[in-house]
Amino acid sequence: MSIALLTLIILGLSALGYLLGRQRALAAVEGDARKLHSLPSYYGASVFLFTALPAFLTLLVWLIAQPLLIERSVAGMITPADIPAGTTLSLVMSDVQRIAVGTEQLVADGMSETELAALQADPAGLRSALGRLGVSVAETTTPNVLEAAKAYRASASLGHFGMIVAALALAVAGLLISAFRVTPELRARNIVESFIRVLLIGASTVAILTTLGIVFSLVFESWHFFQLYPAKDFFFSLTWNPKFGGGSSLGVWPLVWGTLYVSFVALVIAVPLGILSAIYLSEYASPTVRSVAKPLLEILAGIPSIVYGLFALVTVGPLLRDWLAMPLGLGASSSSVATAGLVMGIMLIPYVSSLSDDIINSVPQSLRDGSYAIGATPSETVRQVVLPAALPGIVGAVLLAASRAIGETMIVVMGAGAAAKLSMNPFEAMTTVTVKIVSQLTGDTEFASPETLVAFALGLTLFVFTLGLNILALFIVRKYREQYE
Amino acid sequence: MTEISQQAEPPVKSLFESDLRTRRRNAAETRFRLYGMAAVAMGIFALIFLLVSVLGNGVSSFRQTSIELQVTLDEAVLDKTGSRDPEVMKKVTTIGYGKILDQALADTLAAHDIDVSALTPKQLSGMKSDEAPRRLRDLVLADPSLVGQTITFHALATSRIDGFEKGRVTMESAKLDSNISVEQLEVAQAMKDKGLLSMPFNWGFFTSADASELRPEAAGVGVAMLGSLYMMLIVLVLSLPIGVAASIYLEELAPQNRWTDIIEVNIANLAAVPAIVYGILALALFINFLGLPQSAPMVGGLVLTLMTLPTIIIATRAALKAVPPSIRDAALGVGASRMQTIFHHVLPLAMPGILTGTILGLARALGESAPLLLIGMVAFVKDYPSAPPAGLMEPASALPVQVYQWTQRADPAFVERASGAIIVLLVFLVAMNATAILLRRRFERRW
Repeated sequence: MSIALLTLIILGLSALGYLLGRQRALAAVEGDARKLHSLPSYYGASVFLFTALPAFLTLLVWLIAQPLLIERSVAGMITPADIPAGTTLSLVMSDVQRIAVGTEQLVADGMSETELAALQADPAGLRSALGRLGVSVAETTTPNVLEAAKAYRASASLGHFGMIVAALALAVAGLLISAFRVTPELRARNIVESFIRVLLIGASTVAILTTLGIVFSLVFESWHFFQLYPAKDFFFSLTWNPKFGGGSSLGVWPLVWGTLYVSFVALVIAVPLGILSAIYLSEYASPTVRSVAKPLLEILAGIPSIVYGLFALVTVGPLLRDWLAMPLGLGASSSSVATAGLVMGIMLIPYVSSLSDDIINSVPQSLRDGSYAIGATPSETVRQVVLPAALPGIVGAVLLAASRAIGETMIVVMGAGAAAKLSMNPFEAMTTVTVKIVSQLTGDTEFASPETLVAFALGLTLFVFTLGLNILALFIVRKYREQYE
Repeated sequence: MTEISQQAEPPVKSLFESDLRTRRRNAAETRFRLYGMAAVAMGIFALIFLLVSVLGNGVSSFRQTSIELQVTLDEAVLDKTGSRDPEVMKKVTTIGYGKILDQALADTLAAHDIDVSALTPKQLSGMKSDEAPRRLRDLVLADPSLVGQTITFHALATSRIDGFEKGRVTMESAKLDSNISVEQLEVAQAMKDKGLLSMPFNWGFFTSADASELRPEAAGVGVAMLGSLYMMLIVLVLSLPIGVAASIYLEELAPQNRWTDIIEVNIANLAAVPAIVYGILALALFINFLGLPQSAPMVGGLVLTLMTLPTIIIATRAALKAVPPSIRDAALGVGASRMQTIFHHVLPLAMPGILTGTILGLARALGESAPLLLIGMVAFVKDYPSAPPAGLMEPASALPVQVYQWTQRADPAFVERASGAIIVLLVFLVAMNATAILLRRRFERRW
């Protein structure tokens, strides 16, 4: 019996339970629903829950625990002699598992148990039979491994049977017990509602779990990395030169420099443009202009970064190279800090302008009126009254934009280049933390080498950086909002 | 104004004649206003430039050059037994069909008096795409009765001839190119003059899978669109219920205590975590720890769900907050429980806002590529994944990742493809955003 069929049966039982519970509640008061504590459907729903929940929970726990338990008991059958040089117990165990699954497949394809027993006595025959199913078994597989596979299959099918019996028994028991508990006084609505409440709380903890997942996976793998590679060299070395043969130097500074340089160029473009746009739109523009220009600018924030990446690669890069870098003799590379920074700056304009716009709008009108009353022109009012009042909030907006710039990936992957360098020339290709995370983690690399694991340490660096900037920015913005509320 | 006390100005003589200082201040005012206008204009110009450059590069990928050939499907080659049984005819590989096409090409050119003496047979054969024999084979296997007839077949031209038609390849660039020769282009020009080359709408771009480095003319976004669709389904199915449930708890039920504070700060921070960090999480958790397969839409959908959740939660909470308290008070007043109030009254009223937020969140997830790079979505996927649920675990691509992959290839023809794929992506995004705006316009309630 497959899991899907079992699920369907349990759901069917639960639906039956719903009808039964509802019907029993109504029967108890001879069809007069006013005498019930809850609406009849709540009685049905409570029986449904008691039928479905315990069965599904058992199913879930069983599905997770069974392979672990069986693996542990079967692992005892493997002696050190069965583990070929250069592999580990877990690799042999995965062989055991594959053989067990393969033999199960043989039976499913119509082989009888007696034929199988004969086959299991003959390793060569078994190998070729499994090979036909696409399960390759190495020549070096020892009899112990085959025995273990046999035991694995036996306990797996026993466990499967046990799971079906347990789940069905629980479903039926839940159905009967809860259905016979239905009385007019039963607080069925409260039962259902407290269940829903637990569900809602569970959903809201997903956010916490995600954060924990991020922090744990980063910290755990970074810790692995620092065991293989000295932390001192990572944080203080000035060269980045990974070699997949070993002996690489993995200093973070060239990457941090590239990241900061690109982000700086981006902010140099985005901050003035963003703030000036925000001032114009909130202080000068007519409502019509504002209603057209503001959404247009915000489209920039909705465009996926891959589009900006392509724009940098195909249009901006060659343009900057042919019109600026080559004539000035500063370089001949189309991917450069300037390319990535310029395109990223365009992307960041709406981040700066939208938030600044909100903040400028929240400066009380009385400040402006006071300034106009003593004869200041609008621009003098903006520069000497509105901006100083809005400054903390604008700083917050800029910090948020900076955190975006540091974490941005696609634009720098496609526009900034891959060479780790410490250089001042903006027309030279440089690389960033995010680019190296991508390049170290894509492609087939094993997960034990420092060259791969370094990506997690880089990710941790990036996470700490952006998180710090975000918290600072949110703190400043929130503090500022309170000021005028 | 500090300047007033510093400078001794001549007294104002007339109200109708502004003095130097006023003129200077007014000029500064005009300048400042112009700066603002220029900033807005530059932002909008950048947007237009971006869109025009992508559209300009990509629109041509929706049309594809093909060669009109009269192909005689020789029974002696394609179906020696004469049984017209597709199973038997499968023995003839694309090489056999390629020879038939080469023959047809030579015949057609001769029939139109085009001089091909300057070309070697290999060069002549290289005028058509390597994909053309496969398409012919599929056509014949689908309809074996065609064997023995002479049919009109539109064979895909090679990407260089396609580029020549679209102006990307010129005689000068062909001299430096090992994949095409000037002579071949001259023959192509002659074919064009005789009306043998046509450029129909490129349906293959939307239906076919990625193609290898050597045949950009056959590459399409079919698998990528399907993969993106699968991922969006997973994101929708997971993030909408979880997001709405979490928002209901936080907005309507949660007591104001430290625990809910932590959750709220957490959600705000998660919304600002770089996308690539989610990719690392997916790699470490879903692939390394849970052992889910690489490149699977399932893993992509899960990580995009985690990324979309904060957006949906923030939008849903705003929508719930916008429902006035009087609705809740009235429901509670006539004896509804808290849950009944929420699920029967507040939630239906907040639904338009929730759906708008969800669509915007999905649009954002659709364009996301960085986390997908880390979970192996960059793999070369040539086959369509099967229908869900099994297909969710099979390798697939996604639109933004397909774009990235094409930009990493050497052949410039792939830039056109990448831009075309971006146009497809942008069309989807515009459609989703337009739906969200329409929903908001249609159902928004002011209380």
